[in-house]
Amino acid sequence: MFAVDFKFADKNIDLIKPRKSFFAFTILVVLAGAILLSTFGLNLGIDFSSGTRVDFMADEPLTEEEIENEFAEIGLAPDDITLAGDDNEQASAQFIGALEQEEVTDLQVHFDEVFGFEPNVSTVSPQIGRELAINSLIATGLASLGIVIYVAIRFEFLYGLAAITALLYDAFFVISVFSLLQLEINIPFIAAVLTVIGYSINDTIVTFDRIRENVSKEEEERDIENFEQLAGIVNKSLLQTLTRSLNTVLTVLFAAVAIWLLGSEAITSFAFAIVLGLIAGTYSSLFFAAQLWLVWKNKAIKRQQNKPAPEAEQP
Amino acid sequence: MGTKWGRIGAFFAIVIALGVLISQTAFDVARSTNLGLDLQGGFEVLYELEPDDEGELTEDDIEATASALNERVDVLGVSEPSITVEGEDRIRVQLPGVEDQEEARELLSTEANLSFRTVDDELLLSGEDLEQGGASAGFNDANQPIVQVTLQDGEAFGDITSELYENTPPEDSLVIWLDYDEDEHSFYDEIGEADPAFLSAPSVPQPLYTEDVSIEGMESLEEAEFLAEMLNAGSLPVQIEEVYSNAVGASLGEQALEQTLFAGMIGVALILAYMVAYYRFMGVIAAITLSVYIYLVMILFNSIQGVLTLPGIAALILGVGMAVDANILTYERIKEEIKQGRSMRSAYRLGSRRALGTIIDANITTIIAAAVLFYFGTSAVQGFAVMLIVSILTSFITAVYGSRLLLGLWINSRSLNRKYWLFGVKERDVRRGL
Repeated sequence: MFAVDFKFADKNIDLIKPRKSFFAFTILVVLAGAILLSTFGLNLGIDFSSGTRVDFMADEPLTEEEIENEFAEIGLAPDDITLAGDDNEQASAQFIGALEQEEVTDLQVHFDEVFGFEPNVSTVSPQIGRELAINSLIATGLASLGIVIYVAIRFEFLYGLAAITALLYDAFFVISVFSLLQLEINIPFIAAVLTVIGYSINDTIVTFDRIRENVSKEEEERDIENFEQLAGIVNKSLLQTLTRSLNTVLTVLFAAVAIWLLGSEAITSFAFAIVLGLIAGTYSSLFFAAQLWLVWKNKAIKRQQNKPAPEAEQP
Repeated sequence: MGTKWGRIGAFFAIVIALGVLISQTAFDVARSTNLGLDLQGGFEVLYELEPDDEGELTEDDIEATASALNERVDVLGVSEPSITVEGEDRIRVQLPGVEDQEEARELLSTEANLSFRTVDDELLLSGEDLEQGGASAGFNDANQPIVQVTLQDGEAFGDITSELYENTPPEDSLVIWLDYDEDEHSFYDEIGEADPAFLSAPSVPQPLYTEDVSIEGMESLEEAEFLAEMLNAGSLPVQIEEVYSNAVGASLGEQALEQTLFAGMIGVALILAYMVAYYRFMGVIAAITLSVYIYLVMILFNSIQGVLTLPGIAALILGVGMAVDANILTYERIKEEIKQGRSMRSAYRLGSRRALGTIIDANITTIIAAAVLFYFGTSAVQGFAVMLIVSILTSFITAVYGSRLLLGLWINSRSLNRKYWLFGVKERDVRRGL
């Protein structure tokens, strides 16, 4: 009977040799992201700025003109209207300033009457928006810090440093794509970025765990002295964990893509961010994090080899 | 050695028992889950409390305001309201499933400070002089809707009215205000208006030594009832300002729930199918433990009074990913050991043990991230974080111990020995002679 088995561990794949190309590619992506962010910027949703967002739906397809007219009837002019849904039967409108309580009430009553569904209305004051943005940044920073400390204690500092570099890259990649596509940054997006960070670290740790195991196995037999020896261990570990990495990413991708394509409008961008993060995370843990650790570790070993030598020569 | 049928029997007994338990109770578990307002429609508002004239906002003020808001929410009859104090000066009110959102908004934000003043806006009596719960709506002799309030001290009211009674019109009027604002309101400005800001300004016909006062000037019985309810619920001790609000229409919420649940089921079905296709027999075990996992997460989540929101559903499904990962890590290890030529039993034991350390490290890092989110996040993100933590803890139980128990029964029954294809391992890949 046919058995599905990727069997990467037996294949002759070298993930270490082209590391300079991987590093170059990674730096290129980061540069592109930095340029995008500084030119396009981010499309901050009302969660992080201020204003009012109205989501509504109707039985029939909507047009922007129709919606503008309905708003005009209650004396309001939205700053932006986007249509959504399979047949444009859903739409959302944004106002830059927060609407007054009475305006919101009028709006709810009017749209309920016209379209037969009560709309969603959320308003955020500038102060709250700023606080949310700052809090999210602090939370992300602290979460990263906590993870590094844990990894540094459980493994060693260099693993933690490489892991955090990889996760920052993953988060940055997701943010850059959102900047490129000008997708809205809202509260669920922050949750998505944090999930990405969680997965990224998860992935990297599984690989590092295997590297650590193989390194100590090797050290039982002989000292690790040269780069090739260490590179061989890293490559072997990567291949050993490759099937697991791919299977895990695939299964999580099934769930994330399903939510992205079939889920409610409200979490589409959340799921999309996760999909992006999974792709970035797989890339970084396969082609980036372990290679980075290898280069750093090699330097550390060299330094240690050089250090005691002069002392021994002292008369 | 022959097959130990007892273990296989135990396996089926456990699976059937779980199947019966889940199919019998899953419906009730699903029904008793508290849905967030993004899934069933409703209304959420964040108020900022403004300090009083002395510029101070004490903890008592905040507590009193929260409890006053609570009383008012009771009037609305919402089944699962949530009123939480956030930070130092904010109160978040969440009313999932509230039917009349406009009424809710008005009811919450009206201060309901009743005051009796002279025509020169001098304060005579305030809401504090009212008997708690003593307000009711009704009709007067002219069949006009009125609100009847009970005062704590009839003597004091008698003294006030006898003083007013001696004045000449219009100074013999007792002006009754709702939410009087010193900067905005004065009797002489409003008296000329068609719709004055005060409720009524009856002239005092005689000294009134009574505790019962009726307030006229209601436009309808509904308005009278509304005011009576507000007065009974108690006034807000400080002014509040709306800084964030989120209203979700019931049908939009319902649609979001249906779509996301559907998407989630498709996603989980794909995961299970893939696991069975790749890991064969172990995949079937994974499918069983994953189903138990989802069931257990929902029970745990309900038992800690969690509120399921859209991000929460996302966390649940992503938690499935974490649980799957724990399975995959273990199975890959077992396959590796089988290929090394070990017996099924020792491959299973070694594989499970070696995978455990990795699983623990991976899960702890995610819990760290989730805990930070919970601590710093706002309510929607907190829902996500709680679900993620519950998911990870549960996945640990099901994917590690549950999976081990079920797989162990089969392995130890010896019926699987050398049946490599059941594990997705090709026989020719197995290294001989170990």
